[in-house]
Amino acid sequence: MKAAAFDYVRPATLREACGYLADGDGEARIIAGGQSLVPLMAMRLVRPRLLVDINDVAELTGIARDGSEVVVGAATRQADAGRSGIVVDDVPLLALALPFVGHDQTRNRGTVGGSLAHADPSAEIGLVAAALGATMTASDGETDRRIDAADFFQAPMTTTLEPGECLTAVRFPVWPGAGRVGAGFQEVSARDSDFAIVAAAAQLALDRDGVCRRAAVAVANAAPTPVRLLRIEEALIGQRPDNENIERLLPLMDEAIEPSTDLHAGADARRHMARSLTLRAILQAAANAAREP
Amino acid sequence: MPAKRITVIVNGEPHAASVEPRLTLVDFLRDVLDLTGTHVGCEHGVCGACSVLFDDLPIRSCLMFAVQADGHRVSTVEGLTEPGGGLSLIQDCFWETHSLQCGYCTPGMLIAAHALLRRNPDPSRQEIRKAISGNLCRCTGYGQIVEAIELAADRLNQRTPSPERDGHDR
Amino acid sequence: MTDKYRFLGRPRRTKEDRRFIAGSGRYVADIRLPGMAHIALVASPHASARIVSIDTGAALAVDGVRAVLTGAELQQATASMQHGVHLPEILWYPLAAGVVRYAGEWVAAVVADDRYIAEDAAELVAVAYEPLPAVVDPEEAFASTGRLVHPKHGSNVLFHRNFIWGPVEADFAAAAHSLDFRARWGRSSTVPIETFGAVACWDSGDDILDVWASVQMPKYADQIADALRLQGNQVRVHFDVDVGGSYGVKRGLKHAILVGYLARKLGRPVRLIEDRLENMSGGDAHGPDRIFDVSVAFDADGTVRSMKMRALDDCGAYPGRAPLQLGKPVGSIVGPYRIGSVAYEAISVCTNKTAQVAVRGFGQAPTTFAIETAIDRVAGYLGLDRVEVRRRNFIRADQFPYTIPSGTEYDSGDYHAVMRKLTDLANYPALLERRDQIRKAGKLAGVGIAAAMEPGGGNAAFEPLFNPRNDTTLWPESCTVKVDRQGAITALIVTSSAGQGHQTLAATVIGETLGFDPVGIRVIHSDSLSSLPGNSPVASRMAIMLGGAAQKAAEIIRDRAIRIAAHNLGRDPSGVIYADGAVAVTDDPSKRLSWEQIVRICHRQYHLMPPGMEPGLQASYTLQVPKGGAMPGEDGRVQMYPCFSFEAHMALVEIDPGTGKVEIPEYYVAHDCGTVINPLIVRGMMLGGIAHGIGAALYEKFEYDETGQHLSGTFMDYLLPSSLEIPMVKIAEHCTPSPLTSHGQKGAGESGYPGSPAAVASAVNDALAPIGRRVDALPIRLGYLAGMLRTASGAAP
Repeated sequence: MKAAAFDYVRPATLREACGYLADGDGEARIIAGGQSLVPLMAMRLVRPRLLVDINDVAELTGIARDGSEVVVGAATRQADAGRSGIVVDDVPLLALALPFVGHDQTRNRGTVGGSLAHADPSAEIGLVAAALGATMTASDGETDRRIDAADFFQAPMTTTLEPGECLTAVRFPVWPGAGRVGAGFQEVSARDSDFAIVAAAAQLALDRDGVCRRAAVAVANAAPTPVRLLRIEEALIGQRPDNENIERLLPLMDEAIEPSTDLHAGADARRHMARSLTLRAILQAAANAAREP
Repeated sequence: MPAKRITVIVNGEPHAASVEPRLTLVDFLRDVLDLTGTHVGCEHGVCGACSVLFDDLPIRSCLMFAVQADGHRVSTVEGLTEPGGGLSLIQDCFWETHSLQCGYCTPGMLIAAHALLRRNPDPSRQEIRKAISGNLCRCTGYGQIVEAIELAADRLNQRTPSPERDGHDR
Repeated sequence: MTDKYRFLGRPRRTKEDRRFIAGSGRYVADIRLPGMAHIALVASPHASARIVSIDTGAALAVDGVRAVLTGAELQQATASMQHGVHLPEILWYPLAAGVVRYAGEWVAAVVADDRYIAEDAAELVAVAYEPLPAVVDPEEAFASTGRLVHPKHGSNVLFHRNFIWGPVEADFAAAAHSLDFRARWGRSSTVPIETFGAVACWDSGDDILDVWASVQMPKYADQIADALRLQGNQVRVHFDVDVGGSYGVKRGLKHAILVGYLARKLGRPVRLIEDRLENMSGGDAHGPDRIFDVSVAFDADGTVRSMKMRALDDCGAYPGRAPLQLGKPVGSIVGPYRIGSVAYEAISVCTNKTAQVAVRGFGQAPTTFAIETAIDRVAGYLGLDRVEVRRRNFIRADQFPYTIPSGTEYDSGDYHAVMRKLTDLANYPALLERRDQIRKAGKLAGVGIAAAMEPGGGNAAFEPLFNPRNDTTLWPESCTVKVDRQGAITALIVTSSAGQGHQTLAATVIGETLGFDPVGIRVIHSDSLSSLPGNSPVASRMAIMLGGAAQKAAEIIRDRAIRIAAHNLGRDPSGVIYADGAVAVTDDPSKRLSWEQIVRICHRQYHLMPPGMEPGLQASYTLQVPKGGAMPGEDGRVQMYPCFSFEAHMALVEIDPGTGKVEIPEYYVAHDCGTVINPLIVRGMMLGGIAHGIGAALYEKFEYDETGQHLSGTFMDYLLPSSLEIPMVKIAEHCTPSPLTSHGQKGAGESGYPGSPAAVASAVNDALAPIGRRVDALPIRLGYLAGMLRTASGAAP
């Protein structure tokens, strides 16, 4: 399991990196953490001619609050994001999700943007981005462009990033003034830390009476891309998110998801898991919101 | 492909070499530097046998290319041993509790345990199990590994090991 | 027990561990020879196909490529590998020629200056295939109505025999009840973290092939020599290689034939270190894959009178020793129970799948799973407690030695005492209460129970039983002990180790016998030319066999020291006493010879030696397995293995009704392997075996699709349990010494694994009982349970 031969560059600026991508004629690939890319290269399922290592591009790393958004640089390590106070305070859903991404050893190397660009339908970070309606920013070195999460994920392992474009950051919306905000993240995998067989994410804002005023709910690996459950979100507004109310809403997800069958679970099993985990994620979000002052 | 000139600080010593870009970090350590304590188990990032410290943090060295380590620090199991060959505390606790059988996963397991105790000198049992969950062991069933890390934590915190941890419920 | 011995039975640090924790173990991939070339393999993408052509031109043109070897050349130059049963028409070579019989079968080997280049060139070997339909379903294979995997053999059946031991039909007719069921053991294996590797170097000056490999079999050198048509002493296997786990699978004959042939042909050292893909699909990777059909006849009180078992095992494309894995369970076919008669139909078939190899327990764990499922079902049928039904059927302590219907005599045991220790350890009534509390909270919860035999010692009488042409009745193990001129003790053992602690074992026994701290005793692994006869560390046999041989060799040393001292002290040997190396006159301890003096006499002072005594101070002993040596009877009755360890397991599981995820919050086991030589090692074996069994019960399976494509070729698809899946197990030890061994020890190397799959399955089924469901097919994966729970009534999401 040795990668096919490639050339390697480690530029210091985004402009330079994009230049290499443009010159690569579609055969250049960005490597950030490499935690998904390198196994594919080792199995020779992916064989770039040029590897553009963006680990020295300082502008791609970092976490900052920018108005009503938290901006996470694409090359920010998953471990760093998980430890960030900004993430914990302002994007609690991401903070809950990150411990489910791989292991210590992979989070120390893997990046937030790398996971998004890889677009594995089971990925936790993509699920959070989809649930919250995050915005991706991408650059070809000359112009920047913003892509809504809903448009970003096209199919398993496929995004709308153009060849020659580099994902530069993801902007997670913060819910200011929306009341008491809480997040919930639930996942089932064959072994702990494996890829999710199904995962569900929810973020709720409750008013003083515990009534839901804003909701974001999505599931991963129940469809080719992470799916935001818009009908459930709408139906939650004005409701008290208790067990009975949510269970009543769960059938609303049935048409939104199209789970597949693989070694680990059949489509029917995934539908069952998606309902259970969505229920739990919403309840967890409601409980966390209720704890807010 | 043209070889790249790199310098990597391995176990405190700078090592310069000329490497093909596709050479993995683990193959560099084993085949170029002859540090064969780091093992190859799966080469696709699952088993953890190749774990090393990269800039002090545990990573999988099969999922990095050696060129990417240029200018960085790497520590391997050989670096855990004190100069002169003395065992570190965690190594000694692995021996005392017999936390290994065939020894193949052990270097990676030691790296994970070492990194855990540096980050959290007094981990709970669940934190220990979590911290080594990225390292597969087929011999031990993990029980004596968890015991070794608990023993090391007890010693780090100058506690008397609790009798429950002897594991001999007879 | 511990008072009786100074070193034996104490939790002493092992001799092996230090080098591993320092990172200085020496595994096969660490062997570096000047000019060594590297192999990468070209594997078949088809389960069944005709090879139309192979074009190696492009591969040979790659810079750094030394050779590309195809099956046509290798099959001409080598002899077929042998099978465990008589199958003369099934030829088996490291590389396929003409046809491929499983996805992953090796078709060509590329040799290059490094593995990267070898893989580059392997991609360029152009193989044209004509795909053929594959035999995938084992029942269809048994019918042999469709395609044949080996047409010349004339059938897909490799072995088929009906054994009847005792009045089965009469017992069924007399019993109050009977029930029958099917149980399925999924295709899983031991999957060591180190893949298989072999390095070979042909020395044309000495006309000898040197081999280093991650292997544990003393017969390896003979097998390589046979295949390469060399004389036995032209192959030297170096057993001082650390083996990164085996648990049975590390056989690697085809690897050694490949590197041996190529090393000689190319005149340079050649190595093949499997990568994980080569290992999982083409290596010695897969284990038993069985369908059990079981009927049991029983009375209203739960007494099981008789059992009928049909076991159909899918061996994959090449049998090797796989059919024999149906033979080992014959020696404990009734488990720990007084079942009076048994009908056993053993069927081994081939299919277009990766070949099955020996796995920990050699078929014991699947068979135990079937037997224990039967006991649970009897308890369920009668509404009796599962522990109680086991107690009612256990062989009683006063009945040992006890001969089971298939002819094997169990040496010793006290199953009731062990079960009592288990129920005390687990606090069984409280455990059931905890289960009920979890159920009340809306989860599924169950308590599982299993009792299992661990036969040890390895008189592998299934060889003659399953192959009448094989009249092997000797399965020896040897040890040499030598004392050097300074008085230091060194022992030589036959073969390599894969984590079992043989150095510690030998040093402990020798130290105990001679009164020396084992820390100072060196134990080295021989090579195949310098070693004495041995039959390898399989079958939970080394404590019994190496322990016994080491004891005997050390006793010879001690006796010689006594005779030398007696001669010089002017006494009869019965008038002196040996202690810690020194020998003193019994009634006048001031008259004594020190160890140093005795050693000096042996090595320098021939004039002080008793007349006729051999100079030096060394001894070798080759031990036959206790109770080995007899051929099976015509009725298939046989003494299979001498010593019978016993274990009883109890597990609490929770199943998440929303996801099907199974957690094991509590796990208990009580264990009796006789005298324990090093409790740290025995504990590790038990914990590791339980973990492996949990994997087989819940996670691990080599999966195939209906066309014979292998779907579990990576660690992302074949799921080894991690630390988070394995509970912290509590163990109670019990000791019923074996009357047959040097210190009363029995086997422990396969412990845990025989019983844990059955215990986990029992717990899952107890959890499913309230919703009226059951599953008797392993592994029980969460996806399957989630699908079941979706349709089951009464389960909340």
